[in-house]
Amino acid sequence: MSGRSRFLPYLLLAPSVLFLAALFVVPLVETIAISFSDNGAPTLDHYRRMAGDLNFWPAVKNTFLLVVTVVPLQVAIALGMASMLQKLPRGRDLVLWIWTIPLGVSDLAAGLVWLALLQERGYLNSALAALGLIDGPTQWLTYETPGTLFVGILLAEVWRATAIVFIILVAGLQLIPKEYREAAEIFGASPWTTFRRITLPLLKPSLQTALILRTVLAFEVFAVVYAIAGRNFPVLVGEAYVWQRDNQAYGVAAAYAVLIVVISLAATVVYLRVLRSRTEERS
Amino acid sequence: MKTVRRLVYATGVVALCAWVLVPIYFITLGAFGGRAGVFKWPKGVLPGETFSFAAMDTFLRIEGVAHAAFNSVIAASICMALSIALGAPAGYALARYSFPGQNLYRLLILLTRAFPLAILALPLTVIFIRVGLYDTPVGVALIHTALALPFAALISSSLFMGIPRELEEAAWVFGCSRVQAFRKIVLPLALPGIAATAIFAFVISWNEVFAASILTVRERTLTAYLLTVLSESPLHFRFAGGFLLIVPSIAFIFAVRKYLFAMWGIANR
Amino acid sequence: MAQILIDKVRKDFGAVRALDEVTLDIADGEFVALLGPSGCGKTTLLRIVAGLETQTAGRIVIGGRDLTEVPTRARGLAMVFQNYAVFPHMTVFENIAFGLRMQKADPTRIDAQVRKAAGLLHIEDYLDRHPGNLSGGQRQRVAVARALAVEPPVLLMDEPLSNLDALLRLEMRAELKTVLEQAGTTTIYVTHDQTEAMGLADRIAVMHGGRIVQIDTPTEVYRHPRTKFVGGFVGSPPMNFLPVEVTGGEARLGGLPVPAPVTSGALLAGVRPEDFAIVAPDQGLAAEVLVVEPLGSHTLVTVRCDGATVRVVTPEIIDWPAGRRIGLKPDAGRVVWMDPQSEQAVGP
Repeated sequence: MSGRSRFLPYLLLAPSVLFLAALFVVPLVETIAISFSDNGAPTLDHYRRMAGDLNFWPAVKNTFLLVVTVVPLQVAIALGMASMLQKLPRGRDLVLWIWTIPLGVSDLAAGLVWLALLQERGYLNSALAALGLIDGPTQWLTYETPGTLFVGILLAEVWRATAIVFIILVAGLQLIPKEYREAAEIFGASPWTTFRRITLPLLKPSLQTALILRTVLAFEVFAVVYAIAGRNFPVLVGEAYVWQRDNQAYGVAAAYAVLIVVISLAATVVYLRVLRSRTEERS
Repeated sequence: MKTVRRLVYATGVVALCAWVLVPIYFITLGAFGGRAGVFKWPKGVLPGETFSFAAMDTFLRIEGVAHAAFNSVIAASICMALSIALGAPAGYALARYSFPGQNLYRLLILLTRAFPLAILALPLTVIFIRVGLYDTPVGVALIHTALALPFAALISSSLFMGIPRELEEAAWVFGCSRVQAFRKIVLPLALPGIAATAIFAFVISWNEVFAASILTVRERTLTAYLLTVLSESPLHFRFAGGFLLIVPSIAFIFAVRKYLFAMWGIANR
Repeated sequence: MAQILIDKVRKDFGAVRALDEVTLDIADGEFVALLGPSGCGKTTLLRIVAGLETQTAGRIVIGGRDLTEVPTRARGLAMVFQNYAVFPHMTVFENIAFGLRMQKADPTRIDAQVRKAAGLLHIEDYLDRHPGNLSGGQRQRVAVARALAVEPPVLLMDEPLSNLDALLRLEMRAELKTVLEQAGTTTIYVTHDQTEAMGLADRIAVMHGGRIVQIDTPTEVYRHPRTKFVGGFVGSPPMNFLPVEVTGGEARLGGLPVPAPVTSGALLAGVRPEDFAIVAPDQGLAAEVLVVEPLGSHTLVTVRCDGATVRVVTPEIIDWPAGRRIGLKPDAGRVVWMDPQSEQAVGP
């Protein structure tokens, strides 16, 4: 415990700090710089090109539409799953494992899984035909069927990424002593009241984490969409990808990146504000 | 009344299990069904006569698939090693010392979560071309490490926090140096958790699509390869690719299932 | 073997002074208990002796060697931790052998020492087990055996019994005393439990607010507390303090004249609960019974006396209702006197 040990923690942190500086801070600054400059001269051209592009507003609309539908759905389903798991008398481990499998599934793979189900001659249509609901192979995932295309992507996203919300919520539930719920029950609260008045407020930190994490990731939605819809369903990251890879227009791609960063940060701030202010009211 | 409720409840649990497993089952059929399987109409629930390993075998022999899978393994392994090498010491420092700047570091780690990190691969293209990391598994591994490192640091910090400080102090009292105490006491106890963390980092890298696709052209990882050939490949190849991506992930999640909660429970703070 | 000198040790945690110029001289082979409430600095002091904390000022000298700059591992101590700190991934044998292995002792000696220490603590049968399969009491024994196996010149113990249940604690206390008396090791023992300190120690150092307020033999600490705090902390139930007025060198306690150490002024008369005799209401301090608690071997009576709550312990079995009027007669020879302002003992 000599003077040397005072520097030890910094020594241990230094590698990761340097790494994150190089691969998080530098790219962040660089992205902003690229998006605002053209051969060294400051410009807003990239943003103009981005906003003027045919796919820009559809991409914005689609991305937001996905986020505002997918995230609440996932939270609701995950809450349901988490409370079901708590009541499970047997086979907890098995059910837990099954329900968390999608956590390990790549978004690209998830898209392909749902493509297999929803394609023209896929399993869904086979089932529908067996039930007599459709006559033959039917297309759901094309440009002409934007409604079902959206639902398809929605299903794939919900299938893939509910597991992470579920895990966070189960972990949060485990931190709430069951005495609280038992106390509520003894004083005559119904299960629903107990859930709403005891469990949910105590689960707020976990909900906050899950919401921030999922929302940021949902704004990054890309591979799922690409696997199911190709370019028929433009989203923000997909557009960034196309401008970077196909058009080699790094400035416009960077402009998209900055837009996505700004939106993600704004969402985080909103969650922190909304969920924290309520915590303070209570205490 | 009570039995009805229990029945509804059991049905719910089974339905949710099916919701997860059935799609995976069907892509497996798709992956082994070949071209005939894809066009078969209407499809049955059972594997049927189109099911064969030949379809998968053909897919694996396509030029680039094996190489891409190999690149994915390389990138994921490097990401795994780097995340642990950089994250575990940081986790140890966070768990064992209180020092000025500690909260600042935690903030940095949490901040990374509010950023769409993979998107930040975009400007790296230029930098990576300059330093010769563009289109290499190492370059991909670096950006993937940026994704996995914050988790590795937080998870290992909770692992080390779970090992009572007194154990280390006891080792010092009985004559161990700091390094000896770490090696003899802390490391053996933290090892299973660290292994789980490493596997998690591997999966993060294995699954990542966007950054890997942006940063590679020829030396593609499996996800990048599949993404770029997606529009021109037949459906059964796509399904085979999806299946190939899923299989190791499921095995990994099984291996780390005990630690999932330790990981996400602490990610709250 | 080793004499310990704690010399004007000070410890600041930021703006908080945890230890304030603590000085303590411990003779070779002596058993000293550091006794005090939580937050009094006793554990910090022990950890400074071990080198697990660094003092802000002052010296630790053991066996004539100044250890201020010596790291923990080179101090040659042994320690028993509050949560035992038994290594969960090693067998009991390896745990007990740990210190000897670090000293690179030869295998035959390690084996002999481990068996001897395990024998002293009756855990010979568990040597191949892992601590996970042991009870709390058994783990506790492993921790003590691990400390004794190295035959340390100095043994430090940090509330070693506080995690055991009451019966086991009693059992281990007696056993520890036997074992340590045989070993003759200089021992510092931190505890907040005054019965432990009284029962085990040669001397007790009572700590309060980062200082040692009294260091004496157990009987002396009990009989002659140097401050009001010590009187209240040592002994259960605590000492009673009755405000009295002294005139002409005498205080009157319930009509009874008691010689006081000052000629006049206000004092506090400290009386142990067992030093009251219960008498008729008009023959002592008038008191009104609040609660009677029969405790088997004795009875604890809480009374109101002159506006203050007073606890009395009597060997008699009594069964009085609340409100009953009684008289209390203190044993004049056992009264200790405190200054009401400084709360320090007054007189001889």
